[in-house]
Amino acid sequence: MSDRIFGGIGLSLALIFIWQATLVQESFMSDEVGPKAFPIIIGIIMALSSIYFLVKPDPEPHWPRIGRFAEIAFAALSMVAYALALPEVGFLIATAVASAYLTWRLGTAPLQSIVAGVLTSGGIYIVFRLILGLSLARGPFGF
Amino acid sequence: MDTLSSLADGFVVALTWQNILLALVGCLLGTIMGALPGLGPSNGVAILIPLAFSLGLDATPALILLTSVYYGAMYGGRISSILLNIPGDEPALMTTLDGYPMAQQGRAGEALALSGIASFVGAFFATWGLVFLAPQLVKIALLFGPAEYFALFTLAFATLGGISSTNQAKSAFAAALGLGLATIGIDGQTGVPRFTFGEVHLYDGIDFLVAIVGLFALSEVFIFLEHRNKDTVDDSKVKVGRIIPPWSLIKYCTPTMLRTSVLGFIAGVLPGAGASLGSFISYSMEKRLVDKEGTFGKGDPRGVAAPEAGNNAAAGGALVPMLALGVPGSGTTAVLLAVLLSLNITPGPLLFSQNPDVVWGLIAALFIANFMLLAMNIPMVGMFTRLLLIPSRILMPIVAMISFVGIYGISGSTFDLMVMIAFGLLGWVLRKLDVPLVPVILGTLLGNAMEANLRRAVTISNGDWFTLIDSPLAITLWTVAIVGFILPIVFGKVLKSRMKMKKADESSTVD
Repeated sequence: MSDRIFGGIGLSLALIFIWQATLVQESFMSDEVGPKAFPIIIGIIMALSSIYFLVKPDPEPHWPRIGRFAEIAFAALSMVAYALALPEVGFLIATAVASAYLTWRLGTAPLQSIVAGVLTSGGIYIVFRLILGLSLARGPFGF
Repeated sequence: MDTLSSLADGFVVALTWQNILLALVGCLLGTIMGALPGLGPSNGVAILIPLAFSLGLDATPALILLTSVYYGAMYGGRISSILLNIPGDEPALMTTLDGYPMAQQGRAGEALALSGIASFVGAFFATWGLVFLAPQLVKIALLFGPAEYFALFTLAFATLGGISSTNQAKSAFAAALGLGLATIGIDGQTGVPRFTFGEVHLYDGIDFLVAIVGLFALSEVFIFLEHRNKDTVDDSKVKVGRIIPPWSLIKYCTPTMLRTSVLGFIAGVLPGAGASLGSFISYSMEKRLVDKEGTFGKGDPRGVAAPEAGNNAAAGGALVPMLALGVPGSGTTAVLLAVLLSLNITPGPLLFSQNPDVVWGLIAALFIANFMLLAMNIPMVGMFTRLLLIPSRILMPIVAMISFVGIYGISGSTFDLMVMIAFGLLGWVLRKLDVPLVPVILGTLLGNAMEANLRRAVTISNGDWFTLIDSPLAITLWTVAIVGFILPIVFGKVLKSRMKMKKADESSTVD
């Protein structure tokens, strides 16, 4: 079933891709092939392989239970929040919080996670900012 | 000898304090990454590219750093294979078969030392192979026109999927997905925007580094979250015992090492094979050839030497098509291609004629790195085994954060970070569905060059599409591509199921 759903998504993606390719504005001076042909070929390959998934799906993969799905979704959300927070609160604070969260969710005890998060953040800051001189995000406090 | 004098020049380039230091750092990081399950050569190099890039390293130093990581990871993979029966990365899978039984018999130190020597022999041989074969391949590549290049790219996609997937439709889908992603942005030939939907950030296209780090590094974090760690490494397991192998043992295994080095190198050069196949073929061949008493699989030292020499030789061999043709033969060399492209260096014949210092400096650095790795992996192996005690619940968040640091360091853009997270999730879903990720990466890397060659070829012949199959060389390439695509459908299942037999769930890293 998963492969059928995947095939369905792939097929619609391919069709949208081809449709969008036909809408590409041609420039007044174009080469023989133009900007549309290659994407259309790619779209056709994608559509054909998607149809194959629909017709002949592989055995069902081992999907995690709903709780695990939520886990991954929350991890992704925390990463998005981290990306947004970086320029706001600066590298050290954002990284400490985000890595503490991930460490906790991967099965570390809460208090240890906070320690691990702070150490990760500080360690990366020392290695990459102080030793290697990379530019990390600066918050209102300058770190 | 032209080649040898170029190589000597290469040593002049490589033997600066900065480059030696970078090679040392690369070897160290590479061995660590190889040893830790969950981090392999491809995602290890992927995480480091943006860092090397934002540190402002020049082309040669950056390449020296990253290829040392690549070689180092090939060495390091064996450590957890032998001690824990968990391959540190996919190429080290076959090493578990005899390495772990040896460790159980209390010969872990011997197995580690022997496999270190085997790795050295394989890599050393393969680097010489690279020295002599790459310039020959460059001569052939000079005959290539746009039509042949287009066929060559197609060949790369057709064969790359071959080994890494049981389902060819899925690798075709993955390639199309990657190529499709590459077409996003301003069209290089006519300057019209494609698939940008008016979003300014997309005009430059999707940065392949963002895609690579997301697909390889972040998706690994999601995989770990899904399984939550089950790994608690017992302290007693990382005791290695005596490290110096008896001389007789080395002598006993020498023929095996030499044979499998040749075999592994050939497997590496061939498109679509890579180090995993190199070690697999080496082990199976050696088993057929010398296993008369049926000791393979029960802790035969030759069964440790064979896959290690094979996978290290294949790793070196895979650099040949990447440097000489610009077409990588494996996942990690695809990532190394990304390094070259982001440094504005186009691999292929021009690289050898215009930037000989880069190529030969790199090759010389590989020789130096190889000796460093031998030193690190035999007397100092005990230090690396300690690292196996770091639980992945601490390690994976660090990997995630360093990925963010790298991508943020390049562009300072939150948008890129969002795209990276999206690629991380995409990578997780694709892995669950058994869609190989390497063709996706290769598509985003080669998409523009592939399209440019197609359009150039057709334009030169005034719009005649049959020009693509007009020369004998092009026809040969197309034939190989088609055969390479179809063959795995017939034979792939058998091979893959044998390789999968011992595969642990955690190690989803590609070579």
